[in-house]
Amino acid sequence: MSALVVGITVFVLAAFVGFELISKVPPTLHTPLMSGANAISGITIIGAVTAAGLGATPLAQILGFLAVATATVNVVGGFLVTDRMLDMFRSRSERRRDSE
Amino acid sequence: MTEILYLAAAVAFIVGLRRLGSPGTARSGNRIAAVGMLAAVVITLIAQDIVNWGTVLAGLAVGTAAGVWAAVRVQMTAMPQMVAIFNGLGGIASALVAATEVVDTDLAGLSADTAVSILLSILIGAITFTGSFIAFGKLQGVLPGRPLLFPGQQALNALVALGIIGVGIWAGVSGETVGYWVVGGLSLLLGVLAVIPIGGADMPVVISLLNSFSGLAAAAAGFVIESNPLIIGGALVGAAGLILTFQMTEAMNRSLGNVLFAGFGTEGGGTSAAAGIADRPVKRATPEDAAISLGYADSVMIVPGYGLAVAQAQHAVRKLADALEERGTKVHYAIHPVAGRMPGHMNVLLAEADVPYEQLLDLEQADPQFPQTDVVLILGANDVVNPSARDDPSSQIYGMPILNVDRAGTVIVVKRSLSPGFAGIDNPLFYDDKTLMFFADAKEALESTVTALKTL
Repeated sequence: MSALVVGITVFVLAAFVGFELISKVPPTLHTPLMSGANAISGITIIGAVTAAGLGATPLAQILGFLAVATATVNVVGGFLVTDRMLDMFRSRSERRRDSE
Repeated sequence: MTEILYLAAAVAFIVGLRRLGSPGTARSGNRIAAVGMLAAVVITLIAQDIVNWGTVLAGLAVGTAAGVWAAVRVQMTAMPQMVAIFNGLGGIASALVAATEVVDTDLAGLSADTAVSILLSILIGAITFTGSFIAFGKLQGVLPGRPLLFPGQQALNALVALGIIGVGIWAGVSGETVGYWVVGGLSLLLGVLAVIPIGGADMPVVISLLNSFSGLAAAAAGFVIESNPLIIGGALVGAAGLILTFQMTEAMNRSLGNVLFAGFGTEGGGTSAAAGIADRPVKRATPEDAAISLGYADSVMIVPGYGLAVAQAQHAVRKLADALEERGTKVHYAIHPVAGRMPGHMNVLLAEADVPYEQLLDLEQADPQFPQTDVVLILGANDVVNPSARDDPSSQIYGMPILNVDRAGTVIVVKRSLSPGFAGIDNPLFYDDKTLMFFADAKEALESTVTALKTL
């Protein structure tokens, strides 16, 4: 199989996994789910690191640097803010446990 | 070996997403995904023979600092804007990855599928970038929330889209670098053009769709550099965003095409019924009126909307609910799927104020309870409680599932003025005999009502 066919296979299977995972999420979690998923889309960071690290020309290095910086904001900010949100959900369930 | 380690990272994403879908495990899910991401970055730093360490480390440092700063500082009410920005940055990162490929490769020697992947990555990434920043501007109030329309808009959009396809084919076939940049420029423009005609109330759909796009951009970049973790992570997010997109359009009883292209909410409330009621008087309520209604009710249902977020009134509403519960009143919250500006927006705000989870009811749970509810308190929600959606076939929102609050005993609407909401549709509920209009900022209204409640 060519790399393209392998890639398409992986893409289609992963998309179906995504559909299965997300279709029954309660509305309460929609915002953290979205921001967590958004952080995962920052996986492009590894492409950015490769591009910046191996860039041969100055222009490629500048573009690579911007790619690493923007992807890192997406990843770090996305996971952190999701954790902050979910922390509030947790304190609620903990309080419920305390009151029982 | 590297590929196996990357696979472990991809598995962490799948497990993480799965755990994010359930309240008890969500936090650990997010952390598992984060660990997977960290592992993927470390593997890349080790496995690739990186030459320009300075560039890479500088990018990581700048991005980390900015990401931490933003994530720690952002207020929960501003979460839709924050997610929009992160979406946009993820999108442009994928486009930039493809752009470095354009700069550093001999384009004439590219295989067709690599050329297509590069072009798609630039296209989707650039649209996500500018589209997200326009959405940010609308949410932040930097740009008007109303749809911005001009004559020939759709023709222009179609022209730009055709231009992208035409130039893209030419660039791919000829291998001319400039063709790739033109595609990038036109895609940035298309992102702006696509989002400016969409009204503020439709932002839950737009944010979900851009979320999906940021994933697809990453997947396209994965095809460019032949990297499975990018393809897997991107496809997962693309699918997740798409599901939320369709859940939102379903909650509004509209098609995705209608949301994106109809310039919804610009025709005003020009329906026959709405025109007739606009001149009718409304009953105004003082804080004391509201306190008496609420204080002597057995059951109260609070319906939060975007106005709650604007007024940062989530803690104030909790105080009112506490005061009512002390008097023996049962308090619940009815949350429409598209209340606020992103899916789940209201839930996050109420969680911040420590509102107990069991008091939050979704549309299906809340709606049957209105006939037995004494008082409904509406805080900055409008279209999701508009009875025109049920009664008036000529209304723009006819057929949208609403919270039928007019079936309750009394309705108190807290709103800053009579002006229609973002969708620009008049609301007969405001003129109903059982409705009290409390004209105030949601936070002030709640605080003054709590004060008045103490004197009862």
